[in-house]
Parts: sequence; C-alpha cells; structure tokens
Amino acid sequence: MSAVIDPGHAGHGHAGHDHHHGPAKGLMRWVLTTNHKDIGTMYLWFSFAMFLLGGSMAMVIRAELFQPGLQIVQPEFFNQMTTMHGLIMVFGAVMPAFVGLANWMIPLMIGAPDMALPRMNNFSFWLLPAAFGMLISTLFMEGGGPNFGWTFYAPLSTTYAPESVTFFIFAVHLMGISSIMGAINVVATILNLRAPGMTLMKMPLFVWTWLITAFLLIAVMPVLAGCVTMMLMDIHFGTSFFSAAGGGDPVLFQHVFWFFGHPEVYIMILPAFGAVSAIIPAFARKPLFGYTSMVYATASIAFLSFIVWAHHMFTVGIPLTGELFFMYATMLIAVPTGVKVFNWASTMWRGSMTFETPMLFSVAFVILFTIGGFSGLMLAIAPADFQYHDTYFVVAHFHYVLVPGAIFGIFASAYYWLPKWTGHMYDETLGKLHFWMSFIGMNMAFFPMHFVGLAGMPRRIPDYNMMFANFNMVSSIGAFMFGATQLLFLFIVIKCIRGGKPAAAKPWDGAEGLEWTVPSPAPYHTFTTPPEVK
Amino acid sequence: MSEALSTRHLVIRLSLVVVGMFGFGFALVPIYDVMCQAFGINGKTAGAYEAGLQSTDESRQVRVQFLATNAAEMVWEFGPQADEVLVHPGDSTQMLFVAYNPTDKPMTAQAIPSVAPSKAAAYFHKTECFCFTQQVLQPGERIEMPVRFIVDRDLPADVRHLTLAYTLFDITVRKPPVAQATLTRAAP
Repeated sequence: MSAVIDPGHAGHGHAGHDHHHGPAKGLMRWVLTTNHKDIGTMYLWFSFAMFLLGGSMAMVIRAELFQPGLQIVQPEFFNQMTTMHGLIMVFGAVMPAFVGLANWMIPLMIGAPDMALPRMNNFSFWLLPAAFGMLISTLFMEGGGPNFGWTFYAPLSTTYAPESVTFFIFAVHLMGISSIMGAINVVATILNLRAPGMTLMKMPLFVWTWLITAFLLIAVMPVLAGCVTMMLMDIHFGTSFFSAAGGGDPVLFQHVFWFFGHPEVYIMILPAFGAVSAIIPAFARKPLFGYTSMVYATASIAFLSFIVWAHHMFTVGIPLTGELFFMYATMLIAVPTGVKVFNWASTMWRGSMTFETPMLFSVAFVILFTIGGFSGLMLAIAPADFQYHDTYFVVAHFHYVLVPGAIFGIFASAYYWLPKWTGHMYDETLGKLHFWMSFIGMNMAFFPMHFVGLAGMPRRIPDYNMMFANFNMVSSIGAFMFGATQLLFLFIVIKCIRGGKPAAAKPWDGAEGLEWTVPSPAPYHTFTTPPEVK
Repeated sequence: MSEALSTRHLVIRLSLVVVGMFGFGFALVPIYDVMCQAFGINGKTAGAYEAGLQSTDESRQVRVQFLATNAAEMVWEFGPQADEVLVHPGDSTQMLFVAYNPTDKPMTAQAIPSVAPSKAAAYFHKTECFCFTQQVLQPGERIEMPVRFIVDRDLPADVRHLTLAYTLFDITVRKPPVAQATLTRAAP
C-alpha cells in the first residue's frame, strides 16, 4: 500500500523530533519493519492471499459436488481439499485478517504511537508465511497433504495419517506461536499504551472485543499446541495419548481439541462484533445503543465459550448429564448474543441511515449471523444433534456464522477504513456490486445446504445420492459466484490504493474515534504525542 | 521508564499463562481418566480387583455377554468360548477367550476391555484378565486366555444385561515379541 508511506504527512505538528522519518526503501522495509501500519498491511495482504487460496480449494470441492458421482478429483484429493480449505480459512485467512486490523487500528483507536512490542510483532507476522508455506507444501509430498478434516481427529490424524502429518503438526505449532505472540502484543498495547483519559470503558468496542479475543487466544492456543504435540509424540515417540492399543483414548483427543476449538470460533467472530459495532453507529448517525451491555455480553460469550466444548461431541457417547449440561450451557450463549443483536438493531432504529458498502456488509452481518446463530441453537439440542451431526446442516451452520459473520465483518472493516489506509475513497459502485454479488452468491451457496443436511447428506464426502443433486448444483453455482466476486474485491482494493477521490481525515460523517483525527492516509507515525481524551 | 517496565511485567505474566495452559492441555489427560472413573463413564473398567469374594446374591441373575473385536489390521482369530453366561451378582465366574496367530511371524497383542452400559462398568470387577498383560503368540500358536470376574452385588437393579467387549490391538511394532521370546527361552 504505497499511499500510506508518504513521509510528508509525518509528524503532524511534531516534525522536529529526530525519530520522525519515513519508512526504509525496498524489500527490506517489509522484512525488517516494526511499524504497526506496515505489519498490519502485510497481515491483511497475507490473509487475502490465503483467502483466495482457500477459496480456490472450495471451488474444487464445489466443482466436484456440482453433480453426483466422481467427475473431477479422486476422493483422496477431495479429502485434502476439505481439510486444507478449513485449515487455511481458519488459521490463514480469518485470524490473520483480524490481527492485521488490530495492528492497523488498535494503536490509532487508543492513541498509541505503535504496538507495545514492535519487534515481536514483526516476528509473529513472518512466522505465518513459514507456517503456511510448510502446510501447503504437504500437498505436493508423496502420500499427499492432510486428509483428515480440519478438526484432525485421532486416530485419522495419527495412526492412519499420511506421512506429511508431521509437517502439518509443525505448521500448527508455528501458527500457534504467531497467534500467541500477536495476542500478548495486543493485550500489552491495550493495557499499557492507551492515551491519557482513555479509560477502559471509553475504549471503542473493536478494542474491547480484541482485548477479550486476545485473552481467549492466550488461553487456548497453548492447548492446541499441546494437542498437536501429543499427536507428534504418538506418531514418533511411541506414546499412546490417543491410541487405545496402548491405553489411551481417541475420545480424549476430541476433548482436548474442542477445548481449544470452541473458544476458537469466538476468536474468529468477536473482532467482527467489534468492527460492526463501530460501523453501524457511523452510518446510522447515532451512538451505539448499550455500550456497557456490549462489553459485558462479549465477556460473557468469552467465558461461556470455555464450558460448551462437548456440544461438538454429543454423539461420541458422553453421559446423559453431560449432554444436558453442555446443551443448556450452549443455549445460554444465545442470551449475550441476543443482547448484541438487539443493540445493533436498536442502534439502527430511527437512525438516519445510509447504505454505503461498509454499512451494507454490516447489516447483512447482523441478519445472516443471526440465521447462523439460530441453526446453532438447533444443533445445540442434543437429541436433535444425533440427526444433524456430520451432515451438511453443520456445514451450513458454520458457514453462515463464518462467511457473513467473520468474512463480511472483515469486508465491512476494509471498506470502512480503506480511506484511512490509502487516502482515497474506494469505488462505491463497485463496492456495492461486490456486496450484492457476495450476498447473493453466499446465500445461494449455503442456504440449500440446510435442506440437504436435514435430509441426511453427510459432509466431507465427494459423492452423494441423486436426490440431493438439484440443491447441490444451486450451491455450486452460488459458490462459483461468491468466489469469482472476490477477484472484484481485489480489483477494488488495488484501484483504491492507486488512486481515487481523495479521502478527508473523517470521510464518514457519523464516524467516531481517534483514528479519524489523523489525516488520510494515516501518516507513517501517528500519536507520537498522545492525544487528550476527554 | 515505567511504561516499558509494566509492559515487561505484563508480558512475563501472560507468558506464564501460556506455559500454564500448555501444561493444562497435558493435564487434561489425567483429568479425563479421573473424570471417567469418578463418574463411571466411558465403560472403562478398573485394574485387577483384590477386595476378595462377595457372598452370592441368589435373588437375581445378570446376563453377561461377551464381544471380541479385532482392531484394524489385526489378523488374529479371537473370540470367547461362549457368547454369554448367566451369573448371580457376587459369584466369581470364569470365561475363556481363544486367540490364534495365523501368520508366520511372532506377534504381540493387547486387549482393551470396555463394559456397556457404562454405568455398570464400576460394578464389574475382574480378578484375573488377559487384558492385564500383553499376549505374545508364535506363528500358528493358539492359546486360551481366562478372564475371571465378579458382578458386584450393588449393581443397580435396572441393569439385567451387560456386555464385556474386548478390542484386540496388534502392538508388535510397539513391543517386539523377539525380546520376550528369548526371555522365555532363557528362563528354563
């Protein structure tokens, strides 16, 4: 993003200080940078590259499922595609996108000059290309890449895994280290670098949701690291954590994995909650309704996420009391989530709303995420889950919370802050086109999956019964549409970087927050003198 | 500067949390076993029962069924001599399982027991079981392996029927039989 590096703007009144200089030139600028804006930009580009890669794998999956029978790929490769699609989207696209947004926006929002630990910030970014380079290289190895699903249940991922599983394990280790360092950095920045007068309860909600997300990351990424370490030991060092033959238990794997996995799904959605809580008030031209309740609701969701993990495991044979506990605890999450949806709706109520692209994505987020939440409630009903488990209904559910949830949240954030990042307005017409194509494509792709799932179509299988053919064809057409549309997004972003209508410091008249007090594009160094927050 | 210092303290504390949670992941392993035992879930049975004989409860009978399964890639013939027995709670009963190694290689096997319904697992005591040790069979060798068990008198009245299932795993790679075979040869 060349437009953000204009040193002419640097200093914003303090240009006399000797450390006010622009970025270094050339490639080494990006390798060695400790600037939060540079690192944020790299995170966002990396995430987008992974989004396109994981998306292409989804296209392979949908092309194979276009018709019943096996046409395009072999089942072995299909399994690798479903696995890698999940892993890349979760760890490579969604999580780094939010870390990128955090890097860019948190210092600007709290009036800090940079992240608290800039060198660690650089390291945590550069671990990611290494991790994903390693993960993706497994596809070209003898025996193929991971084919056991993104949840990598043992013994599929241990006893029956392809040889390349060790590379997968180390890739997960690297991603974990990167996420943990990123999270520690975010916590340290938020707790120590806030501008004077910026009390915790004055922080923008994006900062709040990221603070809570960072604590979730610190709590559960080590458990994931432990989980893959146990796999590593089972595979190479003769232990039997998950092998019944040696006295271990494969069900234990699921407990350890989902103890990480359930908080992980909130890690992928809470920052989107925060972004949408900034965007909706801006375009409704009203302050956010129920700020305090939003903070408490986010914290409650985070807490509850630790005690619901076994709802992913209703069918493994957990005792009845366990099913009841995890069922009720899961349903309880609907309460704080309902508070949030209520607050977003109340913010829009009688606001003077306009529907620029960020707002379109945010409104779609509220509506479609709620649909995903409702199918989640259906899945939470333990006796009903025996029917839904491992069907396309589950696929529909988590794509409804992740695509219009996490991904739309990221798109909304990107459009909302692109003027601040680049100094140019994006092309509103193209942005709206991107929104509507994504909206229609995504619903076409995922809504029919509810029906085929309820009718019993199992997930992760390259072939299916003739009776599901029509719905699957609709799903595939929708998916191709959604996928192709993302190239339009790439075009819009590049066009916005290269030029466009110059953006004012505050291009959205209803927007609130410190990030709009610095010029657009944001100078390389901002808030070297902390702003006063009243 | 105090800001740098407080950042350092924070990083140290957060890193301790990270280390602690990494340990917690491993602590889940014993916690899982303790929970399964405490709540009698998962059908896991305890080790050898040594509390002595119980008096027989003649007033009721329990049907104990036996199930023998080979884990994937296990080639032994493996099964109980009878599919089921009727026992009185408190009685000590023996059942023989037969294993046969049809291959031309010595192999080691481990049987893993499981009791269903899982709430009965805590009331099913094994005083002797081939699952307490590993079995080494020479090529073509056939053995009879005993399990001796007591169904506890306190077994809930609604359980009239329980299943003892064994899954036999090939652990030749893990415990090569060669060492043990030489050991047995050396002994006499």
